[in-house]
Amino acid sequence: MSAACLDIRSLSAVLPNGQRVLRSVSLSVQPGEVRALVGESGAGKTMIGKAVLGVLPTSVRVVDGDMLLEGEDLGALQPKARRNLIGARTALIPQDPLTALNPSRRIGPQMTDRLVRILGWSGERADSRIRQLLDEVQIRDPERVLKSYPHELSGGMRQRVLIAAAFAAEPRLIVADEPTTALDVTVQKQILRLIAQLQRDHGTAILFVTHDLGVVAKISQKVSVLYAGKVVEEADTAELFAAPRHPYTRALIAATPRYTDPYASLKPVDETVLAGLAAEIAAADQSWRPGHG
Amino acid sequence: MDDARISRSGSSPRLWLAGGWLLLALLAAVLAPLIAPQDPLAQDLMLERLPPFWLDGAEPGYWLGTDSLGRDLLSRLIFGGRIAFIVAFAAASAACVVGSALGLIAGYFGGWADRIISRIVDIWMAFPPVLFAILLVAVLGTGLSSVIIAIAVIDWTRFCRVIRAEAMGQARMDYVESARIAGYGRIGIMLREVLPNVLPSIVALLSLEMGIAVIVEAILSFVNLSISTDDPTWGGIIAEGRLSIHQAWWVLVFPLITLILTVLSFSQFGEALKARFDPVLR
Amino acid sequence: MLLQRFLVRLLTMLVTLFGVAVVVFVVIRVAPGDPIAMMLPPGASDDDIARLRALYGLDKTIVQQFFIWLGGVLRGDFGTSISLRQDVLGLVFDRLPATLELATVALLMAVAIGGTAAILGARERGTAFEAGIDIASGTALSIPDFLWGLVLILLFGVLVPVFDISGRVSPQLDLPFVTQFYLVESLLRLRFDLTWDLLKHMLMPAVALALPLAAIIAQLLKQSLKEVLDLDYVVLARVKGFSETQVILREALKNAALPTLTLVGVQFTFLIGGTVIVERLFSYEGLGNMAIDAVINRDLPLIQGIVLVFALLFVLINLAVDMMYALLNPRLRHG
Repeated sequence: MSAACLDIRSLSAVLPNGQRVLRSVSLSVQPGEVRALVGESGAGKTMIGKAVLGVLPTSVRVVDGDMLLEGEDLGALQPKARRNLIGARTALIPQDPLTALNPSRRIGPQMTDRLVRILGWSGERADSRIRQLLDEVQIRDPERVLKSYPHELSGGMRQRVLIAAAFAAEPRLIVADEPTTALDVTVQKQILRLIAQLQRDHGTAILFVTHDLGVVAKISQKVSVLYAGKVVEEADTAELFAAPRHPYTRALIAATPRYTDPYASLKPVDETVLAGLAAEIAAADQSWRPGHG
Repeated sequence: MDDARISRSGSSPRLWLAGGWLLLALLAAVLAPLIAPQDPLAQDLMLERLPPFWLDGAEPGYWLGTDSLGRDLLSRLIFGGRIAFIVAFAAASAACVVGSALGLIAGYFGGWADRIISRIVDIWMAFPPVLFAILLVAVLGTGLSSVIIAIAVIDWTRFCRVIRAEAMGQARMDYVESARIAGYGRIGIMLREVLPNVLPSIVALLSLEMGIAVIVEAILSFVNLSISTDDPTWGGIIAEGRLSIHQAWWVLVFPLITLILTVLSFSQFGEALKARFDPVLR
Repeated sequence: MLLQRFLVRLLTMLVTLFGVAVVVFVVIRVAPGDPIAMMLPPGASDDDIARLRALYGLDKTIVQQFFIWLGGVLRGDFGTSISLRQDVLGLVFDRLPATLELATVALLMAVAIGGTAAILGARERGTAFEAGIDIASGTALSIPDFLWGLVLILLFGVLVPVFDISGRVSPQLDLPFVTQFYLVESLLRLRFDLTWDLLKHMLMPAVALALPLAAIIAQLLKQSLKEVLDLDYVVLARVKGFSETQVILREALKNAALPTLTLVGVQFTFLIGGTVIVERLFSYEGLGNMAIDAVINRDLPLIQGIVLVFALLFVLINLAVDMMYALLNPRLRHG
């Protein structure tokens, strides 16, 4: 059996005060597959992406679990080797394109620096690669964009630039951290379509973090539902929408507005569902001891 | 919130250490005639360059040794503290009153008042402060009042700049607006509403400025421009120590330690006071 | 936009300089004590005094004197020093290079020490190492350059006498220099033995001047680095595979340096102001040392000249910092 592109096994993380932010999370992303990670804000979905990429905030500490990138145990590597591995095989499409580009550097060098300085490509090769990707994200005047500073581009343009840069080095895995949340509604759809298109063309696996079930339905084949740092349900996307097993998933689907009835008020998650979740998490915490998961 | 609590609990020993040293030095200065072991002016060539008490050749009663004229170093330091503290309190208070008043006016009223005061501050900032002080004392003639006036004339800008910025911020606050609607006059609002809110900064700056005044006085004494040459001053002792550094290092070391402790204490004391009184941190 | 900004600054700069000229002129002229009387031997006749007075223009009203002097200044004539009987501008230009070299070396040291401390502190944020940097910079900042100078004299002049604590260059050396920029010229002439001797004299006063500024740079730059290091583009750079040091140097430093730069400009003028007493302390033959002598000798033309040159330096530095800020900030650069 070939190794999964990403395999997370019972990952747990805590805050300095001991509060658990991730509760024995297990999930895997197969090569070329899009797995959505869905949950409300504060559920820890972004934390998982950051843990994989090794950029957790200093206050969050991983206390248990393994992360395997194409079969290599990230926790067993030296910091430098881990950094190089992550730099070579993964990429991030960040949430807010307005803050994800360095305001004092031109776009061009920001797109090519990984290719040249980490992967050791020649300048020309990196340049032509970047132009090819800019074409794929439908940027028609690459010359101007590459010479621009971030503040000279619109939010949608910047997100295209970031997507192009993410795919440029042909990473095996991309973590997309709510890549459409900060954008205008009209731009959101274009960007989502672009990511889906590039994902298909390049065959890249994506861990797609979002709070939006509508996005989940459009882009992913697999989905993990997260609540309070715990995976409460995991399924094929189609299956999940057709027959959600967990009451929380049902509540989430019920709460999502539909085109057929856009004015229907959002239904809050049911009290009894929340009580059930609390009990479930308390039970999990009871049986959990750091280091013996 | 956590950060504020940490810095506040951390401020207490700082406050006590700094305050303790200042109190000790102040008491010694006030009680100088009672506690100084020797006459600070008495020269005795038989006793020149005696080392401090723990070294061979020290004389009892001359704890920190003597200078090249045989004068007792400890007594001179104690008496020198009198001038240091008088200058510190008088000069810093004068600079504080003038600078804070102008800063309040510039920051709260804005407009022409602000433009003129800010321009004057700019001009003042273009002077090298030490040279300015030396020049003023040379012009006014040496003496205690000249030193105090010189320091106040130079350093009011420190207060003015900070208080202007803070008063500007305060003037935009809602409570100032509501006081105006309630019918209070502009000056009334400035004194009643704005001044109390910038007071923690004034207190901190005042303490800091006292330390600076002590240094400036020492610098003026060092270039022989402070007060009459007979009275012992910390800067004067340092100037002498600098000359006889290879023969009698203690003449430089002890006033230097005294000065450093005093300056550090004034600045730490000011910051600790500010942290204590700042309503935002509380 | 950049040009407009420059012109506005230039105008305020001239107003400030004019203000400085007025203030120093007024302050000096209200001085009791007659500088002329001090120049002449005791027993000089009233006639002699009157003639000398007229020679230096001291018989006119203070307003007339001011404009005569200002007119001269604008033509590059700062008058004649009373105590040294030489052209003021020539004297100032003779001494200015020594002060500029000292201040520049001090600035470079402050940036190097403070910048390194800030970068290391930001890289090791949250550790005991960072706390140590905070304590060290807090102490360095609270103690003024005058006291640092004395501490250094004691430590490295007396306790471990490795550096020279007096003068600019060893007096027995044969100097081939044609300009007063000794340090620069020794490097250009490849006379590194002289460079070393100059540096040995310069190091202690430069460190005394540099320490407080280094502390401010360490504190401010570390703070803004820590703020920048949490931003998304820095996280993205880490994901790309860059090490923390590379991330700080390539992504964070430039943006974090901008807010620090403005303050460093003001602080650099404080550093130059500090040369006056530090030069005195180390008997370094610069402009500040000469200024104190000029004050003690009541040498009015010389004091005016020196103060004006210092003021010019200060406003030029502020102008340069302002322009640098505009140039480094792409938002301002492209309007």
